[in-house]
Amino acid sequence: MQKSEYVLHMDGIGKEYHGNRVLSDVTISLKPGEIHGIVGENGAGKSTLMNILFGMSVIHSTGGHEGTISVDGEKVSIRSPLDAMTLGIGMVHQEFMLIPGFSITENIKLNRELTKENPISKVFGKEMRTLDLQHMGADARKALDTLDMDIDQWAKIAGLPVGHMQFIEIAREIDKTNLKVLVFDEPTAVLTESEAVNLLQAMRAIAKRGIAILFITHRLQEIMDICTSITILRDGKLVAQKRQEETSIYELAELMIGTQVGELMRHPNENLAAKPVLLSIRNLKVAMSGEEVKDVNLDIHEGEIIGIGGLAGQGKLGIANGIMGLYPSEGEVTYQGKPFALNDTIHALQTGMAFVSEDRRSVGLLLDSSIELNIAFTAMQRQHKFLKKIGPVMQMDKKAVRTLALNMIQDLDIRCTGPMQQTRRLSGGNQQKVCIARALCLEPKLLFVSEPTRGIDVGAKKLVLQTLVRLSEELGLTVIMTSSELAELRSVCDRIAIVTEGKIAGILSSKDSQVEFGLLMAGAKHGST
Amino acid sequence: MAVRNLSTQRSLKEMVKTFGLPRIIIVIFLITLWGISMSLEIPFGQLLSDTLVRWGMNGVLVLAMMPSIMAGTGLYFGLPVGIICGLIGGLLAIELNLTGFAAFFGAILFSLPLSAIAGWGYGWMMNRLKGSEMTVATYIGFSFVSLMCIFWAMAPFKSPEMAWPIGRGLRVTISLAGRYEKILNNFLSFSVFGVMIPTGLLLFFLGMCLLVRFFFTTKTGLALKASGENPRFSSSSGVSVDKMRIVGNIFSTILGSIGILVYSQSFGFLQLYTAPLFMGFLAAASILIGGASIKKASITHVLLGTFLFQGLLVVALPVANKVATLGSLAEISRIIVSNGVILYALAQKSGE
Repeated sequence: MQKSEYVLHMDGIGKEYHGNRVLSDVTISLKPGEIHGIVGENGAGKSTLMNILFGMSVIHSTGGHEGTISVDGEKVSIRSPLDAMTLGIGMVHQEFMLIPGFSITENIKLNRELTKENPISKVFGKEMRTLDLQHMGADARKALDTLDMDIDQWAKIAGLPVGHMQFIEIAREIDKTNLKVLVFDEPTAVLTESEAVNLLQAMRAIAKRGIAILFITHRLQEIMDICTSITILRDGKLVAQKRQEETSIYELAELMIGTQVGELMRHPNENLAAKPVLLSIRNLKVAMSGEEVKDVNLDIHEGEIIGIGGLAGQGKLGIANGIMGLYPSEGEVTYQGKPFALNDTIHALQTGMAFVSEDRRSVGLLLDSSIELNIAFTAMQRQHKFLKKIGPVMQMDKKAVRTLALNMIQDLDIRCTGPMQQTRRLSGGNQQKVCIARALCLEPKLLFVSEPTRGIDVGAKKLVLQTLVRLSEELGLTVIMTSSELAELRSVCDRIAIVTEGKIAGILSSKDSQVEFGLLMAGAKHGST
Repeated sequence: MAVRNLSTQRSLKEMVKTFGLPRIIIVIFLITLWGISMSLEIPFGQLLSDTLVRWGMNGVLVLAMMPSIMAGTGLYFGLPVGIICGLIGGLLAIELNLTGFAAFFGAILFSLPLSAIAGWGYGWMMNRLKGSEMTVATYIGFSFVSLMCIFWAMAPFKSPEMAWPIGRGLRVTISLAGRYEKILNNFLSFSVFGVMIPTGLLLFFLGMCLLVRFFFTTKTGLALKASGENPRFSSSSGVSVDKMRIVGNIFSTILGSIGILVYSQSFGFLQLYTAPLFMGFLAAASILIGGASIKKASITHVLLGTFLFQGLLVVALPVANKVATLGSLAEISRIIVSNGVILYALAQKSGE
């Protein structure tokens, strides 16, 4: 058998989910000891690629994938994560899969324990063998030493700092004797800066032992620091493959974001500074898991449309949720010149803020209720509108609600069979319009809109954005629009704040170049410029 | 022609879907039993009268399930709590020597504050047990019944109608004859084609249904409905979901206490001690048969479910007695149907 120079070769990989193409013709080759970086925005196809490599059931239950995978020059079919493991492909998970009550050694050796014979096992078989703790400990020690970890291999996982847990995950992988390829999926996301530096060192040490590494991250600086070759994905396509020495962080940023610019729907307002500040945010922290806001400072002027962008998980969504009191938050916020109470949804609603949630189906709508109830609900509860008094009881004023709903359906062009239709039956775009209608009937001064076009089709996207622009112009509404789609922000916003790692990395005008945006999103602005 | 056929087929399919397979089976079963009963020459008028009476007397108890389901705390297995509050109200009315409508409405009036307090405590408990409300609720019901057994045995009621002739404590069943026995049943009742219509009872039941329906068009009612349907939606509108869950459980408890008084006046006795133990399950089974789920319920579900469930029980007894002389067959079928339906509903994962 001819031994290939590549330990892993993925050739022409493509994937379609129910007619929706998410990955096409991606080819990646890894030599032993090579560190290969994969960069791309959310939705560029990185996770699909990894799901294919690990034979996840989501791939095979939807009709498999295109292209071939070879390990050591031999074509393989990976049907399950177990297959991948047998072939020597390992993964360091983003979420730690460790058992807190077990010691480090036990976790490293879990399900691969070394055992020795005892009288009972001779009778009852292998399941009854005793653990060979001495050798297990020695193996664990060796793996930890490779990573330069000087903690006791018998310490319990519970109570260890997050950084250590990450290393134990890695130790578990490199303890596997047949390991050939190790995948790191955003490993530095949860680490502090010094821990991240240690990790990169450890990755180099692993590569020196001849193990190939696939490194997925959005931190371009880290890619530049340790990778020998880099693959850039965008919208499921392989945009470029570069060697580290022939590229720069700027080029990577540009390649990652692309040059597509959305249609300009509105001219950015140039003299914002002349307008008074409506909302001033200082040192905002929001404990929203997965979208944690660590320290945000931002001034929002009256009448502007400000965009908040950034990659998923960096905390851009936490800002609106925090100010609206949906997640515990702290910091100093001044609104209309007065101090604003955080953690109080009622206060936020009563002072003229309204919120269109990023999670339309589970926060934004009562899916089993009528369109009209959805639209009127918040105004009814908070502003006592659309109610009539019967003695001490406040009853819904059906006529007023119906009139309101019919007006909104007409104004926002909600396609439905009537105001009594369940919102579950509406299309995504029309559901979004119902959410906007609900916010509008509060007659807000400040409107938070999060991911307004997520999960709706192209035509409807444009309509929703046009609606927002029209509202801001007609009603003088101040809009804070949070979105993962940069092109969308650039087409309607006056300014765009990019959130990285829970902080505002910078504020750009929609006229600034793609590279600028890319660098801010990749958190490379401070390090390299 | 083919097209029309297709569309009628589809609408039939739609109808089956909206009405629900379990209900269709129960309706077919009920009609079959009616057919058998007629062939066995069991007087049908009598059966229908009994069904109407039992429909009215159990209706409010079933209605008590609704606010709790709508508020998102699931089936109201704490029904015994409400029932006991109602019973205390009923006892107080006798102790104060009230008779007639004064006694009946007096009993409701006395039970109101008790059930409001008990419902608040119960709701508070539900808020601390989010996710396992129904399991714990069942045991709250059980333990409350047991606790109250001690109370009944020691209660300082003096009226000779209620107390044991010797010693202290209350009797197991207390007759309402001469107090408010069948006071609703007999109000404006009349008979057509051999069917007795318990007008007052049905009017009271329908009145309570309208009251609940009205509640769900009020500001509080809508907030409660929204909290049950989507708690995150409600809190993003500044509605306190926990408070709404408490309101729902107070309302359920109050309906439970009124429900048992309606039941007792028709039955003719107040039943103390362990009698309330399983009433929660019967009421839960009724509303589920009517098409409710553990997340969604409507007045229609209450009306339909109670009618089907009680209709089934009424006809099962004489038919079973004629077919097989096994005495407890009706009771067995009741337990199979009620527990089977509850099991079915709980097994529906999303409650849809």
